[in-house]
Amino acid sequence: MDIQFTEEQELLRSSVQRMLRDQYSFEARRKIVASEDGWSRRQWGAFAELGLLAAPFSEESGGLGGGPLSTMIVAQEFGRHLVVEPYVETVVLAGGLIEHAGSKEQKQALIPDIIAGQKIWALAWTEKGARFDLANVATAARRDGKDYMLSGEKTAVIAAPWADYLIVSARTKGKRDDRAGVSLFVVDARAANLDLRSFKTIDGRRAAEITFRDVRGELLGSEGEGVALLEACRDRAIGALCAEAVGAMAELNSATLEYSKARKQFGVTIGSFQVLQHRMVDMFIAHQEALSLMQHLNLSLGAGESGISRLASGAKSKVGYAGKFIADQAVQLHGGMGMTDELNVGHYFKRISSINIQFGDPAHHLLLYVQLDAAA
Amino acid sequence: MELALSREDAAFRDEVRAFIAENYPKEMRVPNPETDLTKEQSLLWHRILYKKGWIAPLWPKEYGGPGWSITRRFIFEQETSRAGTLPPLAFSVTMVGPVIYTFGNDAQKQKFLPRILAGEDWWCQGYSEPGSGSDLATVRTKAVRDGDHYIVNGHKTWTTLAQHADWIFCLVRTDPSAKPQAGISFLLIDMKSPGVTVRPIITVDGSHEVNDVFLEDVRVPVENLIGEENKGWTYAKFLLGNERTSMAGIGRSTRYLDRLKKIVKAEIAADDPAHLEFCKEIGRIELDVLALEATELRVVAQMARGIDPGPAASLFKIRGTEIFQGITELTHRALGNYGLALREQTLSANQFMPGPDYGHTASEKYLNARKLSIYGGSNEIQRNIIAKAVLGL
Repeated sequence: MDIQFTEEQELLRSSVQRMLRDQYSFEARRKIVASEDGWSRRQWGAFAELGLLAAPFSEESGGLGGGPLSTMIVAQEFGRHLVVEPYVETVVLAGGLIEHAGSKEQKQALIPDIIAGQKIWALAWTEKGARFDLANVATAARRDGKDYMLSGEKTAVIAAPWADYLIVSARTKGKRDDRAGVSLFVVDARAANLDLRSFKTIDGRRAAEITFRDVRGELLGSEGEGVALLEACRDRAIGALCAEAVGAMAELNSATLEYSKARKQFGVTIGSFQVLQHRMVDMFIAHQEALSLMQHLNLSLGAGESGISRLASGAKSKVGYAGKFIADQAVQLHGGMGMTDELNVGHYFKRISSINIQFGDPAHHLLLYVQLDAAA
Repeated sequence: MELALSREDAAFRDEVRAFIAENYPKEMRVPNPETDLTKEQSLLWHRILYKKGWIAPLWPKEYGGPGWSITRRFIFEQETSRAGTLPPLAFSVTMVGPVIYTFGNDAQKQKFLPRILAGEDWWCQGYSEPGSGSDLATVRTKAVRDGDHYIVNGHKTWTTLAQHADWIFCLVRTDPSAKPQAGISFLLIDMKSPGVTVRPIITVDGSHEVNDVFLEDVRVPVENLIGEENKGWTYAKFLLGNERTSMAGIGRSTRYLDRLKKIVKAEIAADDPAHLEFCKEIGRIELDVLALEATELRVVAQMARGIDPGPAASLFKIRGTEIFQGITELTHRALGNYGLALREQTLSANQFMPGPDYGHTASEKYLNARKLSIYGGSNEIQRNIIAKAVLGL
């Protein structure tokens, strides 16, 4: 199941690697996170210039046609460097939804600005009390001429404080947790009657609580079909988030191994203690398994296979548990240093913790994986 | 679970319970007492206990202890912990105090002990160094005799709440030619001495609990040496034994489990499959707590009969910290998407945090609890101790 990457894919990887090495050191990232905005528009422009924002889009949409595998390559490197800019939110979530569900006019109007790095997007689907259930939507949309007016609340919307546009799930029909009757809408983040309260996330990014009181939205995709669109969107996002996590895990493992060879206690390197050797072997195995399953998922996404949700949930669970194990142990083996803000290890820990919440934690996806099998 | 108490001990328990309920300061009931209180606020309860004569349960009566039996000490520990009171500063009361009354001279006892009891001096611990964590015997901070003084040079790290401290007790090397354990002395250093610099270390949860302490040509009077020169390792080990006695943390874990159950009830619908999954995890941890509590009671009962508990403290430290880490993880996870938020500790109280109040410190607790399996002798070291001392390996 090993992937033979094409020359183009290898080129993409090496160019992302080179750019991040030159421009996105841990210190550079620290400055970005501490800045007032909390992200770098200049860096985003550089991503656009390198074609990273165009990579997964089809050629008809003005993209490079790289699909999920190019997303995987980019996200893996972003995970290694803890990139905070909203790549998954803008390109994978919003870009993917527009490309898969948008009308011809919407694609023509919206995708070029994403590719050019002109517009930032966020996906507002989470609600209070709904945990990770895509269908549990209380936000309501009522028809108003050719548009809709949205009212309700969304919670913990990652990257919303940075966004120009939001894609919002809202109910056009049915009860709160009906699968049918949820629709998706494009909303201007600066629209009237939209109240956004920003907060910092555990991994140094920004998110917001959003209240809508009769906010104008434009329908994206067919009315009432939003849940299916969100599920496919979530599966693609899981492919990218797992790639980011695997990138972060690789960095944690190599940092821990290096530290264990340098740090001396009791007159020897701590890497010579068998208990820690076995721990690091387990960390290595966890990373290998996570990498394999993550690649398998992205290959399947790339092949456009149907019924991918079960595999996506399985990967999110397995990669999530592996990431948690590696992050826990990386901190533990670094001792007090692993607890500091100064060293990057704690920041990888926090990024993996955040990924493990987004779109559902490992236990949630384990249950989904089992349920989807029973349903088949 | 309770010890079978005599009528007198049961009355004592009721008295402690009532005293806490009536006297624990309201302003100390903040989301995260360890990081949210000022120095003055965190000393309020200390001073109340001092007035009552309960500040130092471990200390013999002649030095100001209450003269309690092991059983009463345990009852007091259990009640204060169950009630969620902030324990008096361990570095002062549990650590350096007993070292001073056990190994110090009369002048040192008279000078320091009353001030520790009254909460007038705040102590911090100068043990770890950048190169000496688990392997404490390799400390490199040097103390060189110069007439009536030692000249101290070195770098201590992970020094908890050094930013508040009046004094630091330090392990220093006084004989560089001796074997590691043999050349160490135990020195008390005034934090106001010229040459002492404190630099904050910010941890992953954003808090400022620990520090680097730099000692540059610090002149320390010879009268601040505890016991004999080069015998410091003995005193240090004695102190570490005290550090690890109460790390089972049953009271704290029980409180946090109760809180977790309320959060799960509020956040996760009973018909959500996740609800059962959480119940299972909570049940497992509850049984872990129950088993550890039973072990603790068994050890206390043995100690009351004069039986040496051996390295039971290591067992308590390992399981107590693993249990608490498990609880903070589950709590963080129970909050779902709100677990993404992290309180900013350097900003004012009016900073916006999403979600219900009970979730506002979940992320920082989860992150902060990672330290538990590292500090106070890492859990790997504790396992080594049991392997050697109990299993004879």
